[in-house]
Amino acid sequence: MSRAYAAALAALAEADPDVVVMTAENRAHLNGIPERLGSRFVDVGIAEQTLVGAAAGLALRGRKPVVHALAAFLTMRAFEFIRTDVGLAGLPVTLVGYVPGFLSEANGPTHQAVEDVALMRAIPGMQIVCPADEAELVQALAAVVASRTPSYIRFCAAPPVVTGHARFELGRAETLRAGDGVTLLTYGLLVGVALAAAERLEARAVPARVVNLRSLVPIDAGAVLAAARETSLLVTLEDHRPTGGLHSIVAELLVAHGLGRRTLALGIGDRGFRPALLDDALACESFTPNRIAGRVIEALLAPAFGKETCRTH
Amino acid sequence: MSAEQAALALRVRERILRLAGGGGCFVGASLSCADLIVHLYTRVLRVSPASLTDPGRDYLFLSKGHDVPALYATLVELGFLEADRLRGHLSPGDSIYWHPSRDVPGVEFHSGSLGHLLAVAIGVALDIKLRAGGNRAFVVLGDGELNEGSVWEACLVAAALGLDNLVAVVDRNGCQANARTEELIPLEPLADKFVAFGWRPLRLDGHDFGALEAGFRELPLEPGKPSVILAETRRGSGVPSLEGRLDRWFARFTPVEVEALVRELREGESAALTSEALVVR
Repeated sequence: MSRAYAAALAALAEADPDVVVMTAENRAHLNGIPERLGSRFVDVGIAEQTLVGAAAGLALRGRKPVVHALAAFLTMRAFEFIRTDVGLAGLPVTLVGYVPGFLSEANGPTHQAVEDVALMRAIPGMQIVCPADEAELVQALAAVVASRTPSYIRFCAAPPVVTGHARFELGRAETLRAGDGVTLLTYGLLVGVALAAAERLEARAVPARVVNLRSLVPIDAGAVLAAARETSLLVTLEDHRPTGGLHSIVAELLVAHGLGRRTLALGIGDRGFRPALLDDALACESFTPNRIAGRVIEALLAPAFGKETCRTH
Repeated sequence: MSAEQAALALRVRERILRLAGGGGCFVGASLSCADLIVHLYTRVLRVSPASLTDPGRDYLFLSKGHDVPALYATLVELGFLEADRLRGHLSPGDSIYWHPSRDVPGVEFHSGSLGHLLAVAIGVALDIKLRAGGNRAFVVLGDGELNEGSVWEACLVAAALGLDNLVAVVDRNGCQANARTEELIPLEPLADKFVAFGWRPLRLDGHDFGALEAGFRELPLEPGKPSVILAETRRGSGVPSLEGRLDRWFARFTPVEVEALVRELREGESAALTSEALVVR
């Protein structure tokens, strides 16, 4: 449970009477919200489609709903409601998806949201925000609600991955570590893992830059293109399928700018990840700092540009 | 009033038939709810061309959507929408197409994907309650649309929230795209279903302006509960050549057929239809 998120959300709602907090009976991070917001807290029960449709209706009346459900059910069960009622109408609804990617831990494949970014990217005008820790989440929430734009927040309230983030800005990445050898492009839960992997790489004489994208839509194209020009390998690290996720975003940018660059896609494979508690799931899927460093070095040693350089693990 | 309403409904039906020329429209469903839409706009809804953006207005959502020719025609007849706009029916230069677009004045929200707008109307009705407003949200549902699970999910939520300013109007014409509802996915006993979901139903004749007047006057049917009007209607109502026909749900008539159908509507002279029946979904 993230008390900081609940406190920030309550403060936001208390300062702005148009904010309405909604959930499909997912109250994990909404501690104290029902008491503080009264009738501006709405729990529709386990009904994601009605949740999103009603949020659109509230937004038609001038509200700014902040909507909570499990990422898998919010983005998949209610996808058409998001696309048609929120997206087509361009309504200021903030969708908050809980336990995306590895954070669904041992729930099993039904609960694994590893294509949520791809789905939300398919909706024109939908912002996608992926905070790395609780501090960034709290900053992102305020920025997203203030933007009055359809948005999806990939909820992550991890302990701090750095001491003090750069001020959050939509479409502005944060370079957490400088380096001119390879670049680790990442977001959300894996930012901390990427930083640790960069240390292992450094120890093996591979200077690694770490870029926390923070928002995937809008994307900080400048940060990605600078990494493409200044480092010899772009590694996308995400607890999501590379297809439709960050790897696709990076590939599209490279093609659009005529840049042929080596990439390494580290993401979730076609069968999802092995359900387990977080640390075990990360280890099982080779998302530990050592394994990531090892896979990056393998890619660097592979024959230039070709079959083995761009792959999912 | 009901003579004036009948005259208005006749003009609305003629406009619907004319929209079924050229590229066509969902003529059967549009004719079945024509009297409902006319009654709502003349006797029920607190909305006018001057109050289209007034937050105190009553909202009407067409959830099934493909009945929108009835709405276009009513909006034109009552001065919400310029008659000239209907010349742009299906033209890429305007937004008057087979399903509703909110770019058209008087259309509250886009629809056509079934089972969405009861949920959207819950949000609107809830906000009205939060702001202590006295206005209401109406949603026209098709009976075929009641196959969608999201309708019943929304029914549960609306009842839980006690939204007695929410009114569903079911255009109970007994047909869905290519089948009779009771032969495909039986809905009866429909009133009992709504009662079981926490709503207060009222069944009435959806082509009888007196019955509509008496029924809608009772809203809310029960304090604390959402209301549902189960309006018994006929697909293709007003045009015997089209009434109750499963193969005239969507139609694309020739200019000669349109004129013949208008004569049938106005003078009772039976129209000969040679156009191929279209089944579209």
